[in-house]
Amino acid sequence: MSTSDANWTWQCDEIIPNDPVIGRRLLDDLLRRLESQHWARRDVFAVHLAVDEALINAIHHGNALDHSKHVRFCCRISPEKVRIEITDEGPGFNPDSVPDPTDPSHLGCPGGRGVMLMRAFMSHVEFPKPGNCVVLERTRRG
Amino acid sequence: MTAYRRLDVTEVGGVTVVRFRDRKIVEDINIQQLGQELFQLVEADNCNRLLLNFSSVEFLSSAALGKLITLDKKMKAHGGALKLSNIRPEIYEVFAITKLNRLFDIQDDEADALAAF
Repeated sequence: MSTSDANWTWQCDEIIPNDPVIGRRLLDDLLRRLESQHWARRDVFAVHLAVDEALINAIHHGNALDHSKHVRFCCRISPEKVRIEITDEGPGFNPDSVPDPTDPSHLGCPGGRGVMLMRAFMSHVEFPKPGNCVVLERTRRG
Repeated sequence: MTAYRRLDVTEVGGVTVVRFRDRKIVEDINIQQLGQELFQLVEADNCNRLLLNFSSVEFLSSAALGKLITLDKKMKAHGGALKLSNIRPEIYEVFAITKLNRLFDIQDDEADALAAF
């Protein structure tokens, strides 16, 4: 997905410590900006859910909770869409290798739903190789 | 009387009704504490009819869903019944997409849930 095909009105590019509290500050700032531009509650919820899952995946799984590592958080907002790119310092993973959490044999597992929720709530999701980055886009619906 | 930091717990007609103090259930430490308090209701306080009322909850992460799944297992192991109610549409969509609406007994509101025990 090209980043030049939208009329971006705001963007940020931050490298943060591997700490969910700091990551969520950036996420909260993003959500406030969407709300201030009157994005619908459903859109804001979707971005909140997908980006929170992506941040936790990067910090917990990609960077393995290693406090010496960092996460890159890039975000752009246009009147029509929001695009977030989160990159960790891990070796990457194959998102297609994650078991289907809705399979009856996995339904009772406490984890493994993050990738499915990102795909369900965002308009476009990709994991460029080697899989240590996720690109999330949501087209405005409300 | 057990004190809870993340929950408001009341008794209604033999059912333990739980409301959440956090509007957004996201922070790791809060989710851990929330899980401990919910598990305590089942394992230490022996609540065998438990209703989780989500009316105050605007957002929850999949880590919080994980705690609910573990709670459900513990409840079943104790021979108890767990129901959920007052889930706003966006959060219900999370349950539906993950098919957890099949795992949990989800009722529209507290009255319906109490009547369903």
